[in-house]
Amino acid sequence: MDITRFVSTHKKLLLVGFLFLILIFLATFPLYAGKYDVRVLTFILIYVVLAVSWAMFSGTTGYMSLAPAAFFGLGIYAMALLQKELPFPLIIAIGGALSFAFAVLVGLVTLRLRGMYFAIFTFGLVVFMTEIVQYLETRLLGRHGQSIIPIDNDTLFYIMIGLAVVTVLITYLIRRSRWGLALLSIGGNEEAAEHMGVNTTMVKVFIFAISAAFMGAAGVIAAPVLLYVNSNIAFSVFYSFMPIFMAILGGTGVVYGPVVGAVILGYLETTLRSQLFNYFMLVFGIIMVLIILFLPSGITGLLPILRDKLKGVISKLRKENEGEPHANT
Amino acid sequence: MPILEGQGVTKLFGGLAAVSDVDFHVDQGEILGLIGPNGAGKTTLFNLISAALPLSSGEIKFKGQKINGLKPHQICRMGVSRTFQETKVFPNIPVLQNVLLGAFFGTPARISGAAAASEANQALEFVGLSAMGATPINDLTLGSQKRVEVARALATKPELLLLDELMAGLTSTEVGEAMELVTRIRDMGITIVMVEHVMKAIMGISSRVMVLNHGERIAEGTCDEVSSNRQVIDIYLGEETHAGS
Repeated sequence: MDITRFVSTHKKLLLVGFLFLILIFLATFPLYAGKYDVRVLTFILIYVVLAVSWAMFSGTTGYMSLAPAAFFGLGIYAMALLQKELPFPLIIAIGGALSFAFAVLVGLVTLRLRGMYFAIFTFGLVVFMTEIVQYLETRLLGRHGQSIIPIDNDTLFYIMIGLAVVTVLITYLIRRSRWGLALLSIGGNEEAAEHMGVNTTMVKVFIFAISAAFMGAAGVIAAPVLLYVNSNIAFSVFYSFMPIFMAILGGTGVVYGPVVGAVILGYLETTLRSQLFNYFMLVFGIIMVLIILFLPSGITGLLPILRDKLKGVISKLRKENEGEPHANT
Repeated sequence: MPILEGQGVTKLFGGLAAVSDVDFHVDQGEILGLIGPNGAGKTTLFNLISAALPLSSGEIKFKGQKINGLKPHQICRMGVSRTFQETKVFPNIPVLQNVLLGAFFGTPARISGAAAASEANQALEFVGLSAMGATPINDLTLGSQKRVEVARALATKPELLLLDELMAGLTSTEVGEAMELVTRIRDMGITIVMVEHVMKAIMGISSRVMVLNHGERIAEGTCDEVSSNRQVIDIYLGEETHAGS
């Protein structure tokens, strides 16, 4: 019982310590892991950024955005076109800013659509981007796709850690601020939120754009990992669906939910892909169906239930222990 | 000077006039009861005042300032708050956070987290739900959910409060409590317009009553004047007498 008491009184300290340990693990990872593992983890971190920033907007407001691939791809193409012109950190900032601006435009036009229509539009956006970028690339540059100059694995990895930490931190800060409350109220009842003084259009567009900025920045960093990109690779709907699967698996109720989902599915994807090649989507699909059927609130949604169960068992045991002497007398 | 005025307020849905050329005024500090049969345009009028719907024609002024054409959140920040006929609480966040939202966003001034929390708690206490702050909203009864809506509206610091059928679906004990609550809100200095079908409540606490039928204002006056109005008895109270007998 002392352990449970210790945990509950020093919750914050333990959490900070735990996060610190994870950071140390990440920071020292390239020292003992192979090149391949570092690349895998870099890509998992890319998924973490996509899933967390997707949940920042869609997980709270309930607006099902299928657009991550559009913003991610924009970042990839920013890198593809600017890699020889500008320093890498500057391109990351540009990728984020481009996606932000694009999301503001898209948001102003589409965020009045609700439910299904918003999802369909954002899906259409990804398809549109694939086609238009391909068209422009062929017409203006006379090529289809291009290779990206490699950047040192470890450097990419550390930059990605930085972006992931910033994304999670900003998402956390938004969640616990009045903006977070406004987002949840929009998800709960948008009309009521509007009547209680929330400028819902502004909140939605702004947070949608913030989340897009992280996706765009992640795209810039992903480009040298992919080494070769064309419009079909950069704007693949896969990058829209994966973050959503991850966020749903992890649970969107808490900030770290999508992180958990991204780590599990990201690892699963790379392993399955290397072993089953094209069949991995099949196994993947089955796993997703099972999750949606049996774990609708995600892995992190399961924690409070487990905790309550555990508490019930403990108090039952206690009662039995206390009850025994009575039974004997 | 009236706190709220409407002139020639009209709302057309296609060819149907849901509210047709209605003039009205609400005086500072009063409780105005708004009654009429189903479909008379009472809720539509609320929706026009709070900008949930745009006017087809006419003008609405709050404290002498034209407010039609503004967005709902702007109107809320000016000091007009409302509740909904079918409760529109936020089911995904606990009771206190529901009210907190009103405190954070309902006023033009930016308020600190601590100040918002204390205001939300005050509002919850005012409606008698201070023990329920952490409860998930769906665990509350309809009556309590309506109180949360009132607390949420109060947290926006309104000068004018629109209550849309606060008492519909409540037990008679709850109706009594709700009437007492409305009077206490009025005593705080907040002007109230209430749509209600519960006649006992309307006649018990309204300072004035306005009657709508088919989108038109057909009578207005004190409770006694209205309840002795021939036209009102025919189209409204008359029906109820028949139903009762």
